[in-house]
Amino acid sequence: MVGLHKSEMKNPVVRWIDERLPVFTLMDKEYAKFPVPRNLTYMWSFGGMAMVILMMMIATGVFLAMFYVPHTAHAFDSVERIMRDVNYGWLIRYLHANGASMFFIVVYIHIFRGLYYGSYKYPRELLWMLGVIILLLMMATAFMGYVLPWGQMSFWGATVITNLFSAIPVVGESIVIWLWGGFSVDNPTLTRFFSLHYLLPFAIVGVVFLHIVALHITSSNNPLGVEPKGPQDTIPFHPYMTIKDSFALLLFFIFYFTFVFFFPNYLGHADNYIPADPLVTPPHIVPEWYFLPFYAILRAVPDKLGGVVLMFASILILFAVPWLDRSPVRSMKFRPLARPFFWTFVASCVLLGYCGAMPAEGIWVPLAKVGTAYYFAYFLVILPLLGKLERPLPLPTSISERVLGGGPVPAAAAAKPMEKA
Amino acid sequence: MRALRCLLGALAGAAFAAGLASPALAAKDAPTPPSQNWSFGGVFGTFDRASAQRGLLVYKQVCASCHGLKRVAYRNLAAIGLSDDEIRALAAEIVVVDGPNDDGEMYERPGRPSDRFRSPFPNEKAARAANNGAYPVDLSLITKARMGGADYLYALLTGYRDEPPPGVQPMEGMHWNEYFPGHWIAMARPLYDDVVEYPDGTKATTEQMAWDVTTFLAWASQPYLEQQRQIGVRAILFLLVLAGLTYAVKRRVWADVKH
Repeated sequence: MVGLHKSEMKNPVVRWIDERLPVFTLMDKEYAKFPVPRNLTYMWSFGGMAMVILMMMIATGVFLAMFYVPHTAHAFDSVERIMRDVNYGWLIRYLHANGASMFFIVVYIHIFRGLYYGSYKYPRELLWMLGVIILLLMMATAFMGYVLPWGQMSFWGATVITNLFSAIPVVGESIVIWLWGGFSVDNPTLTRFFSLHYLLPFAIVGVVFLHIVALHITSSNNPLGVEPKGPQDTIPFHPYMTIKDSFALLLFFIFYFTFVFFFPNYLGHADNYIPADPLVTPPHIVPEWYFLPFYAILRAVPDKLGGVVLMFASILILFAVPWLDRSPVRSMKFRPLARPFFWTFVASCVLLGYCGAMPAEGIWVPLAKVGTAYYFAYFLVILPLLGKLERPLPLPTSISERVLGGGPVPAAAAAKPMEKA
Repeated sequence: MRALRCLLGALAGAAFAAGLASPALAAKDAPTPPSQNWSFGGVFGTFDRASAQRGLLVYKQVCASCHGLKRVAYRNLAAIGLSDDEIRALAAEIVVVDGPNDDGEMYERPGRPSDRFRSPFPNEKAARAANNGAYPVDLSLITKARMGGADYLYALLTGYRDEPPPGVQPMEGMHWNEYFPGHWIAMARPLYDDVVEYPDGTKATTEQMAWDVTTFLAWASQPYLEQQRQIGVRAILFLLVLAGLTYAVKRRVWADVKH
């Protein structure tokens, strides 16, 4: 049968389709038989969670867009109409608004996990870089989404952030006017932000697809950071990872829904329930919590252009991490010297977040500087030096050796079929 | 189990880190309003209907002369226990300009339950002109739009002092309030004992009226709050059961896989 895919599907209808469009074979290969290291922990569940929350954001967002009016005179009112008059509108909006925070919580944990276990190292450099692109797209999307309700923080946040581009020498002012579509944040800004806020999530879906394709070439890293040496080191994705990820996902949804139903405004700002007023500046203009560390870096530098450059550099530097970290050992489990530096790095991110929420005065300015200095030092100095100076602990020869506590085991024992479970 | 603790720890840590931002933002020049035991607080709280109805009366007789409530429709009042007839009668008290009719004329008609509360001023400029340049904000979202929410509103309404503390210069046309950020507020003290007469015989002290109107405005700010929590309790119970079952299945599937 020239031209047809050789399908192993039993059901004749499924088989007929699979021979012409082998999606069933693809799913079977990539999501059922797909071998993953047998020692993955729940830390490896966050990528799947991020995927689900992305779908959640798109689904709720599509419904919100049916009722939202992107116009400075109507945006705030239309959001309140959604809350009060649209059936379950409050639910859809709270799911969407809190979903953004959840997305960042999950993705930040996902990134820290990658940094701890060295998931960015050979051969996963491109997988990691695609992830950084997703992060950048998420940030742009979240920022523009926060502008849409057209409350006080929406307006002033948009004003402050877009104004950052005016720090660029010579062309800065023109760029800002071009971004605004006028001489201040106004209706043209709102309408283009709405348009892009609807567009970018689909760009994220596209890059997520590439991220997953790249993942399925290299397969997952694992807590030991030692590549699987054979079938005794791996298990099929289904049912092992599907059930484990399902459980993790349910716990995550309990966490998410606790915010949605009981603390829906805890992660937001009261000021954003005041309609935007270009004549009244709020006492503290603060971005959403997930931008606070970057906001702190921005304000840590006395020079405006310097602050903007450092803020963007703090994310762009992630692209270079696979080459900054010179250590051949992936997992920090075997890097006793690197571990305290890593946790100090996590602490510096939290410290920066806290500084970003506080007014830029008093003790918070030097603390933000210390946090910023450590953030960059970790990537530019500590990681490269550690690779040279550190003596890592001996690595296990294979995953199964470590997990099963003995020598090599017969391949048959590796992944038992479901029936025996 | 260790892995599970790791997962929960990560989520809790992230929530903590995220939450750091909120308390950190509290206004620094006014004291934090004391936390009150609201009927609508907690996970299972509901709006005290009688209190909310008294609060509606306080709003109508005191606040409404300057403050609008434009996002609330008369029909919504059924949620705090008003009957259809009461709602119709209340709505009919206002005159609504409707139209144009078939002759192209605007005309006046009595309000209907589907109408929203009418704001006292046609626009912000008119409001400012009538109030010494200050703008009495619309109250539809007031407990959501202020840090501290209902606690803050109650503290503000009961936080007026006749004199500023010693050493502080009085400000012309402004009023000293313990809890207003910056302390000098343009709004004069609105509530005095017995300024409203309650039909149910409740004694109309300043604190009682402040309590009632805060309950009413908290409802007006989020009329969906009770439904939100009801669904929330059910959703989370469902997820807990499902997560428990899923965990049991997971244990079985992984039973003879060392990992």
